[in-house]
Amino acid sequence: MLKYIGKRLLMLIPTMLGIALVVLIIIDLTPGDPARVLLGTNATEEQVEELREELGLNKPFLVRYWEFVKNVCQGNFGSSIMTQRPVFSEMLMRFRYTLVLVVFGTIFSTILGIPIGIYAANHTHTWKDSLAIFLSLICVSMPSFWFALLMIRFFGVKLQWLPISGIEDWKGWILPCVAMALGLMALIARQMRSDMLEVLRQDYITTARSKGLSERKVVYRHALKNAIIPVIMVIGGVFGSSLGGSLITEVIFSIPGLGQYIMTGLNNRDYPVIQSGILIISTLFAIIILIVDVVFALVDPRIRSQYTRRKKNKGGKSDDGTGKEAKKANATA
Amino acid sequence: MAEKLLEIKNLSVEYHSDEDILYAVNNVNLTLEPGETLGLVGETGAGKTTIAKSIMRILPAAQAEITSGEILYRGENLLALKEKEMQKVRGNKIAMIFQDPMTALNPVETVGYQIAEAIKRHNKISRNEAADRAGDMLEMVGIPRERLGEYPHQFSGGMKQRVVIAMALACNPELLLADEPTTALDVTIQAQVLDMMRGLKEKLGTSVILITHDFGVVADFCTAVAVTYAGEIIERGSVDRIFNNPQHPYTQGLFNSLPSLEATSRRLKPIKGLMPDPTALPPGCRFCERCEYATEECAKKAPEIYEVEPGHTVKCFRARRDD
Ligand SMILES: Nc1ncnc2c1ncn2[C@@H]1O[C@H](COP(=O)(O)OP(=O)(O)OP(=O)(O)O)[C@@H](O)[C@H]1O
Ligand SMILES: [Mg+2]
Repeated sequence: MLKYIGKRLLMLIPTMLGIALVVLIIIDLTPGDPARVLLGTNATEEQVEELREELGLNKPFLVRYWEFVKNVCQGNFGSSIMTQRPVFSEMLMRFRYTLVLVVFGTIFSTILGIPIGIYAANHTHTWKDSLAIFLSLICVSMPSFWFALLMIRFFGVKLQWLPISGIEDWKGWILPCVAMALGLMALIARQMRSDMLEVLRQDYITTARSKGLSERKVVYRHALKNAIIPVIMVIGGVFGSSLGGSLITEVIFSIPGLGQYIMTGLNNRDYPVIQSGILIISTLFAIIILIVDVVFALVDPRIRSQYTRRKKNKGGKSDDGTGKEAKKANATA
Repeated sequence: MAEKLLEIKNLSVEYHSDEDILYAVNNVNLTLEPGETLGLVGETGAGKTTIAKSIMRILPAAQAEITSGEILYRGENLLALKEKEMQKVRGNKIAMIFQDPMTALNPVETVGYQIAEAIKRHNKISRNEAADRAGDMLEMVGIPRERLGEYPHQFSGGMKQRVVIAMALACNPELLLADEPTTALDVTIQAQVLDMMRGLKEKLGTSVILITHDFGVVADFCTAVAVTYAGEIIERGSVDRIFNNPQHPYTQGLFNSLPSLEATSRRLKPIKGLMPDPTALPPGCRFCERCEYATEECAKKAPEIYEVEPGHTVKCFRARRDD
């Protein structure tokens, strides 16, 4: 298992190289020029050209790629063209905000979504299930900013219970986290419900009942342990994608998080910010996927035994297997 | 006469789907004496598993409905018990071995846990003692106890079936419902499993309802036979009487369709036609369409149950005429 994790971490290196390449290609193909943005429309063509030379934008593509990779390897993620501040420490500072948002959003949505899903699955064909499906359908299909605005109106403006923007104390976090969590919660609840229904139909559930186990034991031990496996995948995905997807919430509640940072970078064609920002977020995402895979193996003995078998026969074959998986992770990222 | 162990009276079970109602079990009556071993035979879809699951009350709640009948276990109607009380019966007094060993075990729990869980549920013992007894059970079915900590996917099909058997026998049930316990096994293991069950039967005095397609197994293992057809029991009697004097044309047909060792030259005569659609059962005798003796009466009216000799009952008008 440890060996497997090690291998997967090693696989991160080619993954990151690939991401860096893709990001640089996209930047290269996108119209717009940071020098022009920086100097404004009044600057002459010569001034712009001079600045481009200074920023190293005129170097050949492969040279730029090589320099970027080399710098990253030395722990140097570059500095913003606009603010001159180093990207890494800037991101680290903002990362706190996004992390709180994403972590609490995910926790909220998980601890609410899972029980709702289980409950609905155990009350199919009753109004309780229908209500749960209906509400989760609304939550999934309505854009999160709409919820955010509704909540701001109600709790912030009308009742004045909670601040409507900015983060001064813990109260400021409540609305953004809830706004973040609602849609995700519905996503998790729906996944949980359908998995649970699927599992409750299985023969081994009948076997469990035939032993005289209580309904609680049947549902929460035998069924849940099986049904939770695909839900873990969804939670991992939710966590990863909300790292990038927290942008809307950050903008609405004026939270200085990662999403905002990269958005600003994109608007200004601030290449170091874009390059390093995307690279860092992608790497985080790949790590999260790795964690999900490990949790998977911990829950499901069938997957776990695959890894142990791999450990036993150290053939070239096993390398192929991990390679493919990492590529898959890469593709999802 | 001794108290009956199990008495099923007028049991009917339906499965509901979007449009159709599927009549899986229709007015079944069946009794079992203590210590008796009853073979429940019949072609696929006849309702055998449904009868067994009704006794355990583990039919899928969403689709299945027991529409009438009583299931008396030592005089007590199981269908009227509260769910909590029924849980004390399940796996303890009545246990079931399931048809398909490949899907009957929970893939994410160890085999040891799954056996010990049943033991712990019905006995006031510690977790360690339960695990210990689970090990004993595993050894009894011929699997080394070291494998307690392994998961179902690490076992072969035959071994899974043994695990399922060990699980069912873990609490020394008085009544064992064995749903084709040997179908998934090869012949040698089949014999071993039957021997094992026979040994347990003798040691513990367990009564057994053995569901099977295999008359060889019935002859070998059972004392009585009940033949099911389209959700009904059409003939019931001792193994001796059913084998030597089958009365119902369907039972006769079943025997005719068996390959026999003595008459290798005789061609097999499978019963022509198919079982009627359980969502649209004919009003008269269910077997009428396939029966070579069918009369007009058979098509109109369902026959009652007639006793042709003591303990041997048949659901066919021909049996009445023989009186
Ligand atoms: N969960 C279910 N939902 C709907 N119909 C069902 C369900 N289970 C069984 N049936 C139907 O009920 C009838 C009886 O099924 P049952 O499983 O009792 O047959 P069986 O005699 O055990 O057959 P086999 O020998 O193949 O195991 C069949 O027509 C089957 O299609
Ligand atoms: Mg069956």
